[in-house]
Amino acid sequence: MSTTDVHAHRTTTPPADRATGGGAQVTAVRPPRISARGRAWRQRLVATLFLGPAVIYMVLFFGYPVIQNLIMGFQHYTITTFFTDEAPWAGWANYTEVLGSPLFRTALANTVIFTVGSILGQFVLGLGLALFFRRRFPLSGALRSLILLPWLIPLIVASAVWKWLLDTDSGALNRVLMGSGLIDSGIPWLSSTDLALFTVIVVNIWIGIPFNAVILHGGLQTIPQELYEAGSIDGTSRWQAFRHITWPMLRPVVSVVLVLGVVYTLKVLDIILGLTGGGPANATQTLATQAYQLSFATFDFGQGAAVSNILILISLLFAVIYLRLNRRPVDE
Amino acid sequence: MPRHLPAAPRGIHRGAPSPGNSRTSGLSRRSVLAAGLLAPAAALLTSCGDSGRVPANTLRVMDSYSNDPDYGIIGGALEDAADRVGVKLQRVAVSGQSLIQRVLQQGSSGTLPDILMLDNPDLQQIAATTALRSFDELGIPTEGYHDGVLQAGTYEGDVYGVVPTVNTIALFCNTAMFQEVGLDYPRTWDELRGCAAELTADGRFGIAFCGNATYEGTWQFLPFFWSNGADERSIATEEAAEALGLVSGFVQDGSASSSVLNWGQADVKDQFVAERAAMMVNGPWQLPELSGIEDLEYEIVMLPVRDSAQAPVAPLGGEAWTVPATGDSAKEELAAAVLTEFLSDESILSMAEQRFTVPGRPALTEAYLQRRPDMDTFVDLIPEARARTAQLGENWPTTATALYTALQLALSGQADPAEALDQAEEYV
Repeated sequence: MSTTDVHAHRTTTPPADRATGGGAQVTAVRPPRISARGRAWRQRLVATLFLGPAVIYMVLFFGYPVIQNLIMGFQHYTITTFFTDEAPWAGWANYTEVLGSPLFRTALANTVIFTVGSILGQFVLGLGLALFFRRRFPLSGALRSLILLPWLIPLIVASAVWKWLLDTDSGALNRVLMGSGLIDSGIPWLSSTDLALFTVIVVNIWIGIPFNAVILHGGLQTIPQELYEAGSIDGTSRWQAFRHITWPMLRPVVSVVLVLGVVYTLKVLDIILGLTGGGPANATQTLATQAYQLSFATFDFGQGAAVSNILILISLLFAVIYLRLNRRPVDE
Repeated sequence: MPRHLPAAPRGIHRGAPSPGNSRTSGLSRRSVLAAGLLAPAAALLTSCGDSGRVPANTLRVMDSYSNDPDYGIIGGALEDAADRVGVKLQRVAVSGQSLIQRVLQQGSSGTLPDILMLDNPDLQQIAATTALRSFDELGIPTEGYHDGVLQAGTYEGDVYGVVPTVNTIALFCNTAMFQEVGLDYPRTWDELRGCAAELTADGRFGIAFCGNATYEGTWQFLPFFWSNGADERSIATEEAAEALGLVSGFVQDGSASSSVLNWGQADVKDQFVAERAAMMVNGPWQLPELSGIEDLEYEIVMLPVRDSAQAPVAPLGGEAWTVPATGDSAKEELAAAVLTEFLSDESILSMAEQRFTVPGRPALTEAYLQRRPDMDTFVDLIPEARARTAQLGENWPTTATALYTALQLALSGQADPAEALDQAEEYV
């Protein structure tokens, strides 16, 4: 019924209008003689047209890959599949295989340590810098833009340079430490199984500071100065001002930074691949690197997809927490 | 840009002033938008179609020699072969790591090239998918190659690819440093251990090798593993543990840096060039760069064996050329003709000479040594060199992963060699 409606209008369009590229939309600007039902329908049509591109985009570029990945996790998806299109159903085999492998526990534990460590470091240092740059002092603008530097360097370049700086025997860091007499022999930053994960976390913190500092700095700018003035009249100390004014006002921004940070950190791949490739002896293997290696080194796309699905599930958990936090109004 | 869209300019020019015209201007803006949205889609479609519109006498080639001088050398050899057959080539060279991904994409969209290069350990996996044509069916000669070369290209009894020129790894020794301490080049593991310890000095290690968590690490461990009689079908054996003990011993004794855990073969070469390592395990592809460095004198010897009675077994490296099954039999035959020319004696010799690689056919050895006498060590290793996929075929990647896992466990001191191999075998 509704489609005939459109056709009816279209046929009434004068030929001259059609020549300039007319269509159904012309009717949208013509007000008279339309029933209430027709108007409601048209409103819905307009809404659909506005929503359409976004929905198509989401389905095409988010929905399809995620669903494809979910399905792939239940298939024996190997190199052969690409040529024959045959991906035998595997049921839960990929998951039992992956969860049962000794590597999974290591990778999961490393993922948790890596994420918690990185977020903690990035957030604390980022917040410190944001607070610091709130004051105006000579060159503060120039310095503030300097913090963005790690963000401007491609990750694979950053990891190559860090790998070079952190080399046990010829790396600049150990050279400086040895030269100043602090240590006798080079510290195996990336080649010791005890240290490598720590080192990778430190590098990731360095990369994550700009994001945290910039967003938190933006959040700080929105806090009205009057609140601090009022506080100072009441005789608040600096700590009290932070505790009772800055922190509560900053909370919505903090929740965004933390949740985005967690999701970004969970999937970090390039830095680890560039620095250690998951080694030494899997000491820096995370779920993301394991998924990558299963899919693109051993070409077991089914198992790789299973690991990524587990990773997606964990990310989803944080996304839900984020939505929850956002729904509740912040100031009580 | 809107000039090419007929409806647009009129609408825009007539646009704003009168209310009567606002409708048309809105309309044409919409049509501009629609055209704008369609244009990229149309462009995408036509570009996809390109591959299908290659003329009948033009063959598509894909390889991973993306850097000079290899890019030019291989390109020249391909052009010569194509000229002799009378066809044109459309060549794409992608970087080594992305080649397989490109092959998979093209395989799933049915756009594989007519001639395809594959790294030899990947060949059997691709052949197993039925994506390649067998050389016997196409009539490309496969006689006269070294056993290892043929094994690398064979899947279930049929040859699907051939490696024209091959390489392997050996021990590079810094001549001056050996003279300094008055030592002979090592032939056995004991001598190698002794040399590595003696040559270690302030700011310099006795030996450098690649022990990273990639197939490169596996590749460099294989000569010790195989020469001692270990077998990739069952890696947790005493022979394997002995080989692993030798390699991890260098790091534990301080004769090698613990950074070998992260070094690729290029990093190892850098250490040797900077004279921070007296010996290195590496391959002939480093020769062009090494020969360009003044004051660096080195000797290349075979990698030592545990017992001097053992024969050294080297891993076979090199890239195989194949004919994908594109379904266009006329082009498959042309591709076979081009490859036959590409694999002719003179073509192989010239590529081998320019690229510091060894001809895959023993009959060419003598002529080759006349042109490249400095390659003698590698030439001697090739007849017994073993293909990585000879035993396990398409299942090799899992074992390769297990081997570098064991290597990493032992090098980092996480486990002793036997334990490391036991743990790693769980991954197989």
